[in-house]
Amino acid sequence: MDLLPFFQWCYDTPVGDAIRNSNWLFAIIEAFHLVGLGILGGAVLIVDLRLLGVGLRKQPVAQLWAATQPWLLGSVILLFVSGIPLFLSEAIKCLYSFPFWVKMTSLLLVLLFTFTVRRRVVQTGAASERPLAGRLTAIISLSLWFGVAWGGRWIGYS
Amino acid sequence: MSLLAFFEQLAESSWSIELHESQYAYSVIESLHVWTLCLFFGTVALVDLRLLGWIMPGVPVSEFARRVLPWTIAGFIVMVISGTLLVYAIPVRTYQSIFFRGKMLLMVLAGLNVWLFHSRVYPSFAKWDGDAVPPRAVRVAGALSLVLWTSIIFSGRMIAYNWFDCDRQPQPAIINFLAGCTAADSGH
Repeated sequence: MDLLPFFQWCYDTPVGDAIRNSNWLFAIIEAFHLVGLGILGGAVLIVDLRLLGVGLRKQPVAQLWAATQPWLLGSVILLFVSGIPLFLSEAIKCLYSFPFWVKMTSLLLVLLFTFTVRRRVVQTGAASERPLAGRLTAIISLSLWFGVAWGGRWIGYS
Repeated sequence: MSLLAFFEQLAESSWSIELHESQYAYSVIESLHVWTLCLFFGTVALVDLRLLGWIMPGVPVSEFARRVLPWTIAGFIVMVISGTLLVYAIPVRTYQSIFFRGKMLLMVLAGLNVWLFHSRVYPSFAKWDGDAVPPRAVRVAGALSLVLWTSIIFSGRMIAYNWFDCDRQPQPAIINFLAGCTAADSGH
């Protein structure tokens, strides 16, 4: 499948063009992306650390999950809203960037994992009955998010 | 010795040059600095949101202080070590960056907020620990912390850009003044 025409189209969008032609836009959008990253980190970590048996361990994991869910969703939205314009501005570079594909693959996997397996483990209390299942869930979640973070950071070095 | 002379001397040390010229060390340290943002700012935001009464109203604030703050402190230590190394790799340019200077100033303010909160506000926690929405002073500390750390992320990110570097002239006089550019830099 030839992806170049689609990536070229992305690159040529008015948004991509505007960001490339501005001194400031890329930097400002990137800073919002970082703030989103931090909030996402808090929302993910508080649940995954709890699954690993540390942090707010007196609270039921389902309660932590429910309380952080709006912040998780909100930060994911902020990350998409800021990340897509950044991508548009350098779509051609991304097409040939190995870290970009690591990031996109990890992102797809972690979003699927978070809203299927992890959600079930956390909500059904499987974590408290079988701590190993909870730990494994946390390790998979953190590893996949790290794939996203590694790829994301390394796009800038490629 | 002036601060500028100090940073110039740092720049001449062999470790600084090696860090600066290394193929991977600088990128790895910079990445560590960004990734640790998730741990540090993420947990700061959770605690602040609890202080504001916007999250987990059923969990006492002291529970957050006991179980979450140690992770924040661990994150902060990694941030300071990696951040110091980043400055050490590029000492003079960083010292003369208005964004770096702004970031340091904001960090002093954030530190002051932490200190005031822990010395003046937190000692009375027994009275409001379980409140879904804590008293005004607590909420103000939480809001200030969120605003300051978000601004610190913004100014930190901007250090990477050379818009106001001393070797890019002409700049408005106020910029050269704030960045501490010397007369030689600004061509006077």
